[in-house]
Parts: sequence; C-alpha cells; structure tokens
Amino acid sequence: MIPFFSRKQYPKFWKDHLEKVNGNKKYGNYENIRFVVIDTETTGFDFYKDRILCIGGVAIKNNKILISDSFEIYIKQDVFNKETVKIHGIRRNGDEIKVTEEEALIQFINYLDDAVIVAHHTSFDIGMINQALKRLNVGPIKSRLLDTNYLHKKLSGTNPYKKLYSLDDLCEIYNVKMHDRHTALGDALLTAYIFLKITSKFKKNKAVNLNDLLATNYQLNR
Amino acid sequence: MKNTIAERILDFLKDFPPFDVLEKEQLFKIAENVKVIHLEKDNFIFKQNEKPHLNFYVVKEGAIGLYRTMDNDQILVDICDEGDLFGLRPLIQNDQYLMSAKANEESLLYAISVEILKEIIKTNDKINKFLIASFATNIKTPYANKDRQLFDYEEISDSNLSDIQTADYSKNPITCTKNTSIKEAAQIMSTKRVGSILIVENKNPIGIITDKDLRLKIATGLISIEAKVTEIMSSPVITFPINITTAEAQIAMLKHKVTHLCITKNGTPNSKLIGVLSEHDIVVLHGNNPSVLVKELKRSKNINTLKYIRNKTSNLLKSYIEQHIPITFISKIISEINDVITSKAIEFSIEEMKSEPPVKFSWLALGSQGRKEQLLITDQDNAIVFEDVPEENYKTTKDYFIKLAKKITEKLNFVGYEYCPAEMMASNPKWCLSLNEWKNQFNTWITKPTEDAVMLCTIFFDYSVIYGDKNLVHKMSESIFKSIESYEIFLNFLGRNALRNPPPLGFFRQFLVENNGEHKDQFDIKSRALMPLVDAARLIALSHNLKDNNNTITRFEEIANAEPQNKDLYLNCADSFKILLHFRTKQGIENNSSGRYVNLNKLSKSEKLKLKGCFKPIKDIQDLLNIRYNLAQMM
Repeated sequence: MIPFFSRKQYPKFWKDHLEKVNGNKKYGNYENIRFVVIDTETTGFDFYKDRILCIGGVAIKNNKILISDSFEIYIKQDVFNKETVKIHGIRRNGDEIKVTEEEALIQFINYLDDAVIVAHHTSFDIGMINQALKRLNVGPIKSRLLDTNYLHKKLSGTNPYKKLYSLDDLCEIYNVKMHDRHTALGDALLTAYIFLKITSKFKKNKAVNLNDLLATNYQLNR
Repeated sequence: MKNTIAERILDFLKDFPPFDVLEKEQLFKIAENVKVIHLEKDNFIFKQNEKPHLNFYVVKEGAIGLYRTMDNDQILVDICDEGDLFGLRPLIQNDQYLMSAKANEESLLYAISVEILKEIIKTNDKINKFLIASFATNIKTPYANKDRQLFDYEEISDSNLSDIQTADYSKNPITCTKNTSIKEAAQIMSTKRVGSILIVENKNPIGIITDKDLRLKIATGLISIEAKVTEIMSSPVITFPINITTAEAQIAMLKHKVTHLCITKNGTPNSKLIGVLSEHDIVVLHGNNPSVLVKELKRSKNINTLKYIRNKTSNLLKSYIEQHIPITFISKIISEINDVITSKAIEFSIEEMKSEPPVKFSWLALGSQGRKEQLLITDQDNAIVFEDVPEENYKTTKDYFIKLAKKITEKLNFVGYEYCPAEMMASNPKWCLSLNEWKNQFNTWITKPTEDAVMLCTIFFDYSVIYGDKNLVHKMSESIFKSIESYEIFLNFLGRNALRNPPPLGFFRQFLVENNGEHKDQFDIKSRALMPLVDAARLIALSHNLKDNNNTITRFEEIANAEPQNKDLYLNCADSFKILLHFRTKQGIENNSSGRYVNLNKLSKSEKLKLKGCFKPIKDIQDLLNIRYNLAQMM
C-alpha cells in the first residue's frame, strides 16, 4: 500500500543512509568525524523473538561529548518479556512517550546521519537493529562500527578471543562513575566516556585515525 | 524528547553556584547543551593569552590547575575541583585568558556555551551578582569594581530584623514649658499616664523629667514640689533625627546612660520636638534585649549574676549572628556588656579589699576587648595603670593593686573569661604599673623595637579604659604618641610586624595542593585574615596620629577620611573585616570554639568564595604597607 515498500524502491530514509555512509569524505580527518555512541534496551537476547524497547545515542566530535546531539526513543511493544523489565525498568505501558518500531527506526537512522557507530558489544545492538530493519524490508546498517570491548582489548593487549569485558568491567578499569545503568542513553553515555578515555590513550602513542580504530574489530566491519 | 543525560547533568549542576540560583528551565537549557570533555593528566584546556573559547567549564570529575606563567615559571594560582567553574571571565569581557588551565589529574569537564548563559544573565539578577563576585575574586580587585555592595549582599539579605528598621517612637509627646511647676508637671504626667514629660522652649526640647527624677529628687524631699521643672529636669536631652534605627537608639541609650531619647526635626536639640523614644518602646520591639541585660548587670549583687548574664549574652550573640545583624552593631552591644561585667567584677573586688584604692587607677582592657571586637568569650588581656606615688609608698601601693587585680581576674575567670596563658593580666607585676613606669615601658618598646617589644606593643596599643580614671590613661597616650613622633622608624618595625603573617590569598591553593600536613583541613582565620587587618589599621591610624579609636572598623573608616586617595581600599578592608569577624563568630558559635580554625571542607562554595573575596583587600593593604614603610629593605 505504501509505495516505498515495493522491492526495488527503498524508502527515503534508507536511501539517504546508504548515500551518506558511502559517500563520506570526512572520515579522513579525525577531528571532523562524528561518532554516535549507542545502546539499546531489549526485551531479551533472542534476535528473532525479542524486540527493541529503547534506543539511546549520544554524539562525540573532536573528543567532546555533545549532549545537545543526543537521541532517546522508546518503542511501542507487541512482544513483552516480564523478566527483563526488572533490568531496564521499561514497562509495557510506562510513562515514556512511545512510537512505533518503524517510526523509531526512521528517526534513528536519520539521527545517525554519516556517523561512525560506537557501542559496547556492538554486534548485539546492531544485530537487533538489523532485525528490526529487516521487518521494514531494508538493512543491514551500513555505518562503520566500533566496539569498546575490542578497543579495550587492543589497547590492553589481551587476546581478543580470551575474554569478554562487560560494560561494568570497563567502567571499573577506566574509573567511570556508573549512573543510569540499564537505560539506553545512560549506558550510551558510559560507553561514550569509555570511548573518550580509550581514544585519548591511543593518542598518547600516536595520532589516532579511524582506520586504526576500525582495525581493532575487523570482525564487525567485514 | 526525554533526555536522561541532560537530567543527570542538571542534577549535578544544581548543587553548585551559580547554577543553584537558576530556574529549573534555565538550568535544563544549559544541561541540554553541555559538551563533555575528557582530559588526560597534564593536558591543557586553554593556555595563557589564548583567545577565549565559546564555552566556559565546570569540573565534573578530577582537578584542573590554573597557572600563570611568569618569567618561565608556572605559578599555580588556583585549583578547581568538582563543581568549580573556570574560564568564564574572558568570555564575558571578551578578553584573552589570563591563566592557563591544565588537568592536574584525569578530569571530566562540562563545557557550557557562554551564549546561553548570557541570555540567562539578562533575566536572573542573582547569577549576575555571583559573576561579579567571582570575577572580583579571581581576577580583579573588588574595589576596582565600583560595586561595593559585593561584600555584604548576603549580610543584609535578611532584613526582617528590627534593629535596622526605623525605630517606632511615640509621636505627640507630653510637654510643658520651663515655667511649669513640678507639681503641675506631675499632674499632667498622671492624667496622661506617661512616665516622662519633655520641657520645651519654642518647641525645642530643653530637658526631660521622668518618674525616676520625681522619686529621687521630690519624694525624698530634696526639692519642693512648688519649684520650677527646670530645677530637676535632665538637660540637655539626647536628640536624634526621625530616621533613627532601633540599633542606634539602643547604643545611644547605653552610651549616655539614659532611658529616653528625643526625636527632633533635624536631629539636634535646636529644632522642633517631634517625638520621644523610650527604652520601653524598644523592649516591646525586642524580646531579648541588651539594654535589659546591661541593666540587670548594673543591679547585680554577686558574680553568679554576672556569669548568668554572660551566658545569656552568648544566646543573644547567637541570635544576632543568625539574623545577620550588622557586625558593627553586634560588637558594640557585646563589648558594652563585656565592659559592664568587667566593671562589676572590679567593684565587687574593691568591696572585698580592706580599704579603698590608695590612689587613682585605671583598668585597661587590651587586645580584642580593647578594640571592642571580642564577641566570643576569649582569654583575658588586661592591665592596671595607677597614679605616681612617692617612692616610699610605691611598694604598698603596687601590692594593693596586684592583690586587687588577682581578685578581679579570678572573678572574670569564674564568669568565663579564661586566664591569659601568656599572663598578660593586671595581676602580673609586669603589667600593673604606675603612670611613669608605663610611660617608660612604652618608650623602651618604641625606641628599642625588638621583635618581642613590637609584639607587645601591638597588644598594649589597643587598650581601652574599662574602669577608673580616664585622665591617667590620657596622659599615658600622649606620652606614647610623643615617643613615636620622636622615633618614627618605630612605625617601620610595626609595619614589619604587620606583614609577619603570611598573606591569606592563596591559602586555598596551598590547602588544595598540600596533600598532608598538620593543619590540612583547617584555616587559621585569626592570624591569616583578621590580624593582618587589625595590624594594618593600627599602624596607619598611628601614623596619622588618630588615637581616639581602637576599633579596627572605625580605624579603617577614619584613615579612609585621612587618606582620600586610598579610601576605597580602606573601606574595603573595613568590609572584609566585618565579614571575617562575622564569619569567625559564626564558626565559634557553631563549633563551640574560639572560631579561630576553620574547617574548609565544611564550607560551601559560596562561603569559600566570600572568604576569598575578603582576602583580596588584605593582600592589597599589605602591598601598600610594604611600599610605604620600605619594608623590603628592612627584611
């Protein structure tokens, strides 16, 4: 019924996404790169059954976290999992203003713009988002991806296959005070702090560039 | 849109000045637009002489050192820790950074857009005041900024106090003329049911008769009731203009030992009588009344009453401090009470002696009591000067006064004024001397200004007569000034002594940098902040031959008149002194101590800021002394 749902014709937001990410020339200059640190809260860990409840994101540019450039959206639910309510505190009919999954994704992709995505255990968040995009017949997301877990492992020299660091672990290692744990935007901010701290440690050795960072998690950007 | 982070930033900022005075929406707007910056240790945020950024900074975590580069040296000027704001002044004044800011440890900063703040300043007056105060503290001398209000905006914030309200006097006072007979006057008083009647001539008040006069002079049969009122009236009357405050009225009553004041058109006895203000009017206004305390004291028959009233005075002091009553008023009241207690202790002691004093003598209060700045109970510092006697009588005379002094100091100790550990008391034979001995003593101090001599001078110069013969003391003062005149270099020594205390500005930086040390958490407000001002005021007052006042605030006011070119500086010193004295007294009351050592960790940001503001004039007046008395050459 809606024309952009037909097979070859992508909806506008997705066409924009592909264009921005592919044609970006700003990546060469580190100071100009816009990083968006994201986190999602979901009803569970099953890519197929579970759904995204909330997406939070905050931008970093030139080593500054821009609070004014942040994103927080709550999604109306069909699927509901009582168990995870305990973790994220988002009830089915909570007070937050909620939008449909489609609306949320459109807003999110628009918000992303040409940014490089940073997350903690990025493959999970992106996996959930890609599944949701699939339901809109688009995806997967084309943005370049970074993962603070891999960044840390590279920096600390631990074997990439050996250990998985949780966000709590990293907060402890990098001395980040934990606030608003298990809200999407709160976790995104914690991840942003960790990202800033890690990149400044990288900088100590030499100038950072995006490729060095991307090289820490080639698995994600294949 | 919901914004969890902005709310969290708002939560953090709202506890720190100036953000604590912002409206919630204003603060949210700021929080929403914050940029968070992470700095590794030793990284710079900005450097001296750099053009201003678009943002100023608030420390979220960590510590930022502000440095000034001078001749290749980096001098640490201040350290900003959690909640501190920096780098704002250059943005508002469109000036380059005067200092460099460097992370002393790993830090997180909130960068806040100055444009948003500028918008808010337009509508929020409180933040404006904060900014003026903080600029003055960090960069500029407060008096370069004409806003002298800066210092006392908190002090006068609560004006619900009656003392600085205009006193409510009785209008339409009952009067009679000087030809009225005493009997007629008494009849008028009883029909009108008043306790006093004014005698007027051409509408100007020339005298007053109160119930007490009738009781003492008429009922005793001393004077006939047919005599004219002029026979028994008290004259002249004490007059004030209509805008007299309760505080002024109380002080005037204490000073002149009267219970009624006349309100006249221009405040002098030579203008139309408008009303009468009686002590009763004030008692009605005040529950806890100092003149009532003084009256009770004067009636007291034993030292237990003195002790009781001194305790009551502490409560009075507490309520005054809580109500932010001007410190000059508080100190006048409390010193008056201290003086009366001392006088009473002396009277009782003389009664206990087997005989009257053999010659005239004076009891001197020294140091802070002598300056009328003793608010909390501290040690006694006192001395006796007695009339010169023939040599053969000297020993018995001196023995008498030492014995008397012992009794007095014992009583004062009982009341609560502890013995002076350095024995600077009249009971010490060294400080119970005849007039000639004192003259010689001061002359020796002045002409041979050893370090000890100068130190003693600073204590003994601030004397005031509490009891006894004022003339003796007057002669002593004259001799002192003569000695100083003929040996002017003494003032240089006094100047050196005045600079002996380390300048307080920068104490906080020291405090923050020092990670250990004995007084890590404490600030000695007496020797670092109050004494430098006391010493400076004394020195400059002496150099101008101003000898009538020992009070530091009054001294500053007097020297401000004597040296108009430095008026702003001196008045700012007076203001600083008021705030510091208030502060010390408050500390003392809260901690039940002398208030001398301040725990900086317990101070709020704005209290620290206020203290820092007080230190600026101290540094400046010390610079002035340094130049004026060529101190650099002497040291």
